[in-house]
Amino acid sequence: MAALLAVASRAQSAPNGPQVSDFILGNGLELVVIPDHRAPVVTHMIWYKVGAADETPGKSGLAHFLEHLMFKGTAKNPAGKFSQVVARIGGQENAFTSQDYTGYFQRVPSEQLRTVMEFEADRMTGLQLTDDVVLPERNVILEEQNQRVGNNPRARLSEQIDAALYLNHPYGKPVIGWRHEMEQLSRDDAIGFYRRFYAPNNAIVVIAGDVDPLKVRMMVEETYGKIPRHGTVASRVRPEEPPPVAVRSLTLADPRVEMPTLQREYLVPSFRTAKRGESETLEVLSHILGSGSNSRLYRALVVDKQMAVMASAWYDANALDLSKFGVVGGPRSGVTLQQLESAIDAVITQIIDKGVTLEELERTKTRLIADAVYAQDNQATMARWYGAALTTGATVNDVKSWTDRIRAVTGEQVQGAAKQWLEKQRSVTGYLIKDKSPQVEKRS
Amino acid sequence: MIRRACMLFAAAVLIALPNVASAMTIEKIMSPSGIEAWLVREKSVPLITLNYAFHGGASQDDAGKSGAAHFTADLLDEGAGELDSKTFHERLENHAIELGFQVGRDTFHGSLRALNEHRDEAIDLLRLALTKPRFDAEAVERVREQELSVLRRDITNPNDLASRRWWQTAFPGHPYGRETKGTLETMARVTVNDLRDYARRVFARNELKVSIVGDVDEKTAGELIDRAFGGLPAKNDLKPISDATPSGLGRRIVIDVDVPQAVVTFGGPGIARSDPQFMAAYIVNHILGGGSFSSRLYKEVREKRGLAYGVSNSLVWFRHAAVVLGGTATRADRTADALAVIEQETKRMAENGPTAEELAAAKSFLKGSYALTLDTSGKIAAQLTQIQIDNLGIDYIQRRSSLIDAVTIDDAKKAARRLYGNGMLVTVAGRPKGLASNGTTE
Repeated sequence: MAALLAVASRAQSAPNGPQVSDFILGNGLELVVIPDHRAPVVTHMIWYKVGAADETPGKSGLAHFLEHLMFKGTAKNPAGKFSQVVARIGGQENAFTSQDYTGYFQRVPSEQLRTVMEFEADRMTGLQLTDDVVLPERNVILEEQNQRVGNNPRARLSEQIDAALYLNHPYGKPVIGWRHEMEQLSRDDAIGFYRRFYAPNNAIVVIAGDVDPLKVRMMVEETYGKIPRHGTVASRVRPEEPPPVAVRSLTLADPRVEMPTLQREYLVPSFRTAKRGESETLEVLSHILGSGSNSRLYRALVVDKQMAVMASAWYDANALDLSKFGVVGGPRSGVTLQQLESAIDAVITQIIDKGVTLEELERTKTRLIADAVYAQDNQATMARWYGAALTTGATVNDVKSWTDRIRAVTGEQVQGAAKQWLEKQRSVTGYLIKDKSPQVEKRS
Repeated sequence: MIRRACMLFAAAVLIALPNVASAMTIEKIMSPSGIEAWLVREKSVPLITLNYAFHGGASQDDAGKSGAAHFTADLLDEGAGELDSKTFHERLENHAIELGFQVGRDTFHGSLRALNEHRDEAIDLLRLALTKPRFDAEAVERVREQELSVLRRDITNPNDLASRRWWQTAFPGHPYGRETKGTLETMARVTVNDLRDYARRVFARNELKVSIVGDVDEKTAGELIDRAFGGLPAKNDLKPISDATPSGLGRRIVIDVDVPQAVVTFGGPGIARSDPQFMAAYIVNHILGGGSFSSRLYKEVREKRGLAYGVSNSLVWFRHAAVVLGGTATRADRTADALAVIEQETKRMAENGPTAEELAAAKSFLKGSYALTLDTSGKIAAQLTQIQIDNLGIDYIQRRSSLIDAVTIDDAKKAARRLYGNGMLVTVAGRPKGLASNGTTE
């Protein structure tokens, strides 16, 4: 056990924020503790640095399928036992999968932290699977695909845009998977993936709540700390995107579309792949362009020109590789998607040509910095923030200094980022329209 | 005029919560103008959260103008007093102030969140929104167009179709049978006068419930409350709503829409929040279909058979009706199987009730998990408002565990028979194989 003592402790606090501690165990597991003593509860999360982008070609949906199968029991704790115990102590639990990470969490009374930690450590390497639990669960993920995508035309459009945006990188595959591949996923696929990626030196434990960091560290050493390091966790080197050179567009016609939609995604840097400050500039840009009623898109399209019922923009900094900057618009009746698109282009061009105002810049910074304070009101939000950042290439200090970097963004930088990244050939524009062709009823 | 403001505070009722939230104390305070509020002082995060509710939600809408209350809520931050929509939104965002307005069937709910340094500005904007909403034509038509676009999208949304038809069939001709967001027809009819009329009738001081969490003392809290709400009329002017019980039990209605997955809504009569059997029913429903990974429906429908990603059942209560309502979504060729399993499990629960082990496990969960509903300022404030609406008393959080413990296996069995022994109304949106509508048609 002495050999597993923490090798690093970089506790340091942002002004007024919680005293976040960060440790790395001898077996490579990283531990982050975020104290919040307002209620006697704790959020325990484990984040594995593996996601859908790490799947073998042809096995789309596997990372997420494994996430479901992680609830199917180990040699020590048969199927259902972990969930039963969580329920009995009044806990909540769930799990989630993205392109870059897979996470599991329990929210429990603080004194039960060790209990859930023991179960979670046990299933890091002890998972046992048989076809009688794997096959019904495969049907569950197929129903999840139906619920999230099949039944939802706008989600179908997003899937098609992603697939067109990424020419070479696996981010083009949906996290949930393509149905024809999901239908073939097997027990052996899941176990093989699990053995490659689930290991202490590929995981981060984030604990937020009414706990003492040093006691948590002892607890983690006595549970996760006993699992040996995995010698050969593959480093996450994915095929890279070539420079985008073509303006792309696609049209999805669906009989259920009652409101046409335009959605565009640009290929842009994530926090990890950006130059220092560039990712924060993109956050500020996306906010000024399309977040809320004061944004450029909303004011121009929804209020002034009365062409749209909605218009917004977003940016995702949390990606290991090249990320996305999105723009969405829904036209008012009588306005075509082409007219809407021209108006959106005009708004973007205006920022590229004229930049943003000081008032917009200050308002946006105030709002984004306040968000960081509001996040402190919710321990689960804090845990997710750290987990998502740390599994996509950021450090604890990067998270702590985020507000300082937002504060440092200048108007010139925002204009420069718009010019550099909101180029049409970096983007795919998707049109969602109503399919008016006669529908043949498919009955088998 | 406020006379001797400081003297008018009622003595605070201090409630310590040893088992749930040791740090939390709820004080019952009275503002100088006589508005009661529940206050939790919280210094560790530099923000204030205010949550409040007026009696009188979407059930106040005229049948031909359903959606008016919801429309009003969506327009309150679109300009008030001297501030037009643009200026109002800028004032909010320049100070990172969040105002939320939501309409339920019985209540109008509001929330406010602000950093301590912007507290006064936030309260002023809230006061303006509630007392002097402008309803400028530009904003009204813009927001109307937005709401109509959502309603148009709902026409082919299976979740909305199944749910809407369930409520319509369960409460025909009653306000609870109408969707809070209205319909394409009714929303086209709502006028500015209807919006003003709703605001005038509902935003009043009697039946107002207020909860505050933040770094404020009771004197400051009282002043803030009076600034926000003190200018409202003393008394609301509500239309009476009649009591109702859900009809259509035993019926199944299939709504045709071309989707790969059929969406199912099922349910029947529930139990009033004030009913002595409520807690027993709440526990039994948790065992059958509550939101953990161990409910009977979850195990039978999802885990064993893989028929759905989700399935759950909830108690829903209003002032004048109560229902137990569930939902799932399954592939079209297995919808009949999923429904058969749900019906069989519901019947089995009605006939035999839960086992002693299930009862013990559910009690343990419901007691332990309560703290998780009280771990952020927003959740605490919302919970305190709901406790006030349900009239459960300021000591409810303290009493809740013993109320759960008091439920016996006999109580649970009786509650199960009462909840699930009446048959269900089922609506299905999609193209479920081998399932058609049955029962009497309207």
